[in-house]
Amino acid sequence: MSVEHNCETCPVHAEMAQLGAAVGAFDHVVALAGNPNTGKSTLFNSLTGLRQHTGNWPGKTVTRAEGGFQFGGVRYKLVDLPGTYSLLSASDDEEVARNFLLFGRPDCTVVVVDASALERNLYLVLQVLEITDRVVIAVNLMDEAKRRGIAVDTRSLARDLGVPAIPVVARTGENMMALLGEVAAVASGEAVTQPLRSKGTAAFEHAVSKLVPMIEAAAPGVPNARWIAIRLLDGDVPVEEALASGRLAELVVRQQKPDARFSRKIALQGAQ
Amino acid sequence: MSESLTVTPGDIVREAAALRRSLDAGFREEVVTSLYGEVERITRRAVQDSGSGPLELDQRIDRVVTSRLFGLPLMLGILAVIFWLTIVGANVPSQMLATGFFWFEDLAAAWFTQLGVPWWVTGFVWHGVYRGLAWVISVMLPPMAIFFPLFTILEDLGYLPRVAFNLDYLFKRAGAHGKQALSMAMGFGCNAAGVIATRVIDSPRERLVAILTNNFVPCNGRFPTLIMLATIFVAAAFPPAVASLVAAGAVVGIVLVGVAFTLVVSWALSRTVLRGEASAFTLELPPYRRPAMARILYTSLIDRTLFVLWRAIVTAAPAGAVIWLLANISPGGVSLATRTADFLQPLGWAMGLDGVILLAYIIAIPANEIVVPTMLMVYMSQGMMTEMDSMDGLRALLVDQHGWTMLTAVNLMLFSLLHNPCATTIITIYKETLSAKWTAIGALMPLALGFIVTLFTAAVARAVFGF
Repeated sequence: MSVEHNCETCPVHAEMAQLGAAVGAFDHVVALAGNPNTGKSTLFNSLTGLRQHTGNWPGKTVTRAEGGFQFGGVRYKLVDLPGTYSLLSASDDEEVARNFLLFGRPDCTVVVVDASALERNLYLVLQVLEITDRVVIAVNLMDEAKRRGIAVDTRSLARDLGVPAIPVVARTGENMMALLGEVAAVASGEAVTQPLRSKGTAAFEHAVSKLVPMIEAAAPGVPNARWIAIRLLDGDVPVEEALASGRLAELVVRQQKPDARFSRKIALQGAQ
Repeated sequence: MSESLTVTPGDIVREAAALRRSLDAGFREEVVTSLYGEVERITRRAVQDSGSGPLELDQRIDRVVTSRLFGLPLMLGILAVIFWLTIVGANVPSQMLATGFFWFEDLAAAWFTQLGVPWWVTGFVWHGVYRGLAWVISVMLPPMAIFFPLFTILEDLGYLPRVAFNLDYLFKRAGAHGKQALSMAMGFGCNAAGVIATRVIDSPRERLVAILTNNFVPCNGRFPTLIMLATIFVAAAFPPAVASLVAAGAVVGIVLVGVAFTLVVSWALSRTVLRGEASAFTLELPPYRRPAMARILYTSLIDRTLFVLWRAIVTAAPAGAVIWLLANISPGGVSLATRTADFLQPLGWAMGLDGVILLAYIIAIPANEIVVPTMLMVYMSQGMMTEMDSMDGLRALLVDQHGWTMLTAVNLMLFSLLHNPCATTIITIYKETLSAKWTAIGALMPLALGFIVTLFTAAVARAVFGF
């Protein structure tokens, strides 16, 4: 957040390149999360040059799609996650999104929010912030919000959430360079965020602190042990099952490989 | 280190359960309440809402579009207009493409003959493979190039979720998920795509219902058959001025029959093998958005039209070859095609169809688009697929020479709705369910229904109306 970008004149502007599906070697992984129908796929397409099918109805993206782009000499792999309202319940698409954020260890997660329905979108934002620090908020559909007489103060939003928040219009590509600038800074660790996290009661924090070392011991390499501890305290059955069956460790490995089984389906779906 | 070895996942889960009990019973609500409070506080600081114009317009439109009274009729009206535009608009370009392609076929075949190429090579290449391709392209490309952009405009506008909203009531009554309306709508383009679109449904039970019933809506490969039948058998009885309207109405009628089968079979499945109640869901009605025309043309022409066309071409070429071989290999002076058709004739007759139609459906398993050309080829017994110059010629061939009646036309329309999905869709069902059992059910149930329904209508028509 400390990094200033004057993007139209910035030399990296010319260095943005769409890499399509041929990601190959990449330096950073960027995840795209957000509520359904906020324009994630549109943003994905405009960054990667791919043609993931977009449509004005929620649930269009049903599994993660991957593509690549280059910005400022750095190669990024971009992963478009299915749109979800939360990361808590156990529906398929929420699990895809949540597993990737937890175990795919993206270097930066862009949460796309609908400027005209900010309040509803923020629930997901706060849940993502519980999982990862490396978050940039893309406040999309600014044009639509403006038409409806809604103004969003992204500075205030960024201050409250503790992560960068950039107003964009994915459809026209407006302000995309500013967004990429923040993504680059967060992914490289240049910008340090201080995400808003709700502190529970003392008893709750105590319970969490008892579980975290146990989880780390049982499943070494698992990121976000705190998040898992909270889910366990909450009685989250899929998380319990993943832990009990040893899948937690397995998931860490699997999320880092491209999802080959799905990629062909995406190709077909993209065509339809 | 030694401690880490002693911690098992089971220990952690038990410990978590114990800690949970020790916590205040209301801790979960506390977390949720604080989350809501936080969100509200942040929103209040960041958002300035100075009243809303377009939102109210959206709501006013939605009040009509999703109203109990106008919702469904409006939907049918839109569907009818789309079919009408497709039928009217595709006619001339189809004719032109066919003329061009077949002109070239004659030219190329003559050229081959001049060069002294054996007749069977010329026949196989030009009157078999090439003619199969030419047929599929000229019959399918124009309607798709009109239908898909129109459909994509509705999608981009935000109309599809409204359709789901309107139909939710019916699907719920059938024990199915309201979002099945979305996968069904995708099925009009391509059933394989519709099967994939069922992923928007969370519950495995309801998703299976949606997958198994997707085939009941006619896909783009089947519309040309329906349109042809509607044009020569239904619309022919009306003055030319309204004929295309009547044809569009007839196609909408068939679509409604398909939707009715979707609902009835969903209902039956939900009460037998896939027992369960419809689950509740939230479906956001997105704001209406001005469709991005350039992108729509791109998506619908490049991604959808060319994709479907390419698939049809890939299957039509070998099918054209098979048809040519069947029609030209004649042990004992009778072609294989005729022999098979004769063998299938008794069953075909009982279904109100004939042996040739059933043979066409067998050859067309890879792609439904080639049903009509296959049928005509066998009828003409010219040893190749045939393009009729006009709908009148087609009618004369079917009615006068091969004894088609209204019963044949109606039952062929029904069978076109109710038969096994094409090979691509079957493969897609397997990929999505990863179950041989459900794939088999998905393939055979519609076929069984097709047999039952056509046997029934044929028997009734013969007994009551003396066909």
